[in-house]
Amino acid sequence: MKKIEAIIREEKLDAVKKALEEKSYFGMTVSEVSGRGKQKGLSLQWRVGEYRVDLLPKLKIELVVLDEDVATVINAIVMNARTGEAGDGKIFVLPVEMAVRVRTGDRNEAAI
Amino acid sequence: MPIDTGDTAWLLISSALVMLMTPGLAFFYGGMVRRKNVLSTIMMSFACLGLIAILWVLYGYSFGFGTDHAGIIGGFNFLGLNNVGQEASAVYASTTPHLAFMIFQMMFAIITVALFTGAIVERVKFSSLLVFAALWLTIVYLPTAHWVWGSGGWLAKLGVLDFAGGTVVHINAGVSALALVFLLGRRRGFPDEAMEPNNIPMVVMGAALLWFGWFGFNAGSALTSGGLASSAFVATNLGAAGAAFTWMIISWIHKRPTVLGTVTGAVVGLVAITPAAGFVTPLAGLAIGAIAAVISYYGMVLLKIKRGVDDSLDVFACHGLGGIWGAIATGIFAAASVNSAGADGAIFGNWMQVAKQLVGILSVGGFAFVMTLGIGKFVDKIMGLRVNRVEETVGLDISQHGERAYGGFLR
Repeated sequence: MKKIEAIIREEKLDAVKKALEEKSYFGMTVSEVSGRGKQKGLSLQWRVGEYRVDLLPKLKIELVVLDEDVATVINAIVMNARTGEAGDGKIFVLPVEMAVRVRTGDRNEAAI
Repeated sequence: MPIDTGDTAWLLISSALVMLMTPGLAFFYGGMVRRKNVLSTIMMSFACLGLIAILWVLYGYSFGFGTDHAGIIGGFNFLGLNNVGQEASAVYASTTPHLAFMIFQMMFAIITVALFTGAIVERVKFSSLLVFAALWLTIVYLPTAHWVWGSGGWLAKLGVLDFAGGTVVHINAGVSALALVFLLGRRRGFPDEAMEPNNIPMVVMGAALLWFGWFGFNAGSALTSGGLASSAFVATNLGAAGAAFTWMIISWIHKRPTVLGTVTGAVVGLVAITPAAGFVTPLAGLAIGAIAAVISYYGMVLLKIKRGVDDSLDVFACHGLGGIWGAIATGIFAAASVNSAGADGAIFGNWMQVAKQLVGILSVGGFAFVMTLGIGKFVDKIMGLRVNRVEETVGLDISQHGERAYGGFLR
């Protein structure tokens, strides 16, 4: 099992969700996050002058999938979250030791 | 003179309108600070509605408006609202109950104290602020209010024109704010860290309440409900409109037309038209407001950006500079045809009026600055004006008031 963590643009969530759903990956956790990278920050205005906000709002999608599904999921996210500009985000893949379904106590493959 | 019901109704409504300005100011200021200091900032204004009202009825009104002593201060004859009743006063607002005039004036004292807190938010110790506020009302506000508005006050006798408090309220608060900033110093992290306003819509709501309440502040200062009140009402709106529009354009020239800038402009325009509202033609209000926005904007650039003075919510640039310009503008644009109790200004050839206005500005401003430094140093010595490093880092909402503005599962 692998956990896929994708940091994407807020406005790309619907497209990514839809693409994953079409490939039957339904479960996910989405959170609002702030981060910085090559996109750098934003310059905002006070009454006079400006100040920089270098952490920009992004969304983080987390889902756990079987090893053989990783490529498909990554492909779906990349294809649907990309604009080509700095700030499109990143995807990280991590090994998962165990998964448990809280309702039934099912483990691993049965739990995801 | 008999009590006039129309005048009385207007004065009471105006008192309520001016009351609403203080919570309006609380929101205006509260939205501009970082989220850890929202409540403390709101509280600094709201607490005045309690503290200052109490002091006002005990002795404030009496020292400000009681029997004159040498043009400097009022007397003891109105202590505890003694002799302030349902009949009209002999000298103030003679067509309305004395009580109505007294509470109208109370609301001015409250908001004046609330105004200067904006300069020292996010670092001032609440208990010290209350002690300072009580001393400041007594030592700075009451004498200066008497000088300008009290029967027999020396600036009033000199012929200084201040229709609704440009000098007494705004110069007083603005200059005192600057003195307090010199005493307290910058916020930790200023100017290197970005200090993002937590809620600009709240700032807009506050500005809207201020604008609305200001009709009571200025048009109410006619103390009658006729033509003069109407003229001041229109001048007030034009002052705000002229400054809001001008600020928007300046902001646009520099980059974008910001909401924060535009509503700030409106408030600056309202400040500037305050001393002039009932002495100038309504149309002059437009010019007074527009010029105020330019002065205040570049004053802010000079003070905050170039000099790095952390007058946190720009009280001096908005109220000090706006008030000073308004006082001078009153001397320039005043027309005796608008208000026979006023005078002709420089545009009618009477340059003396500008000189008189300068005397008002320098005496009240100078007095407020020196006294604020003195009172502030004293309070700092006995109890400390500033919170400690940890309290400031955690935020004043939690460290001073044991509350937080925005709860929820995760915060």
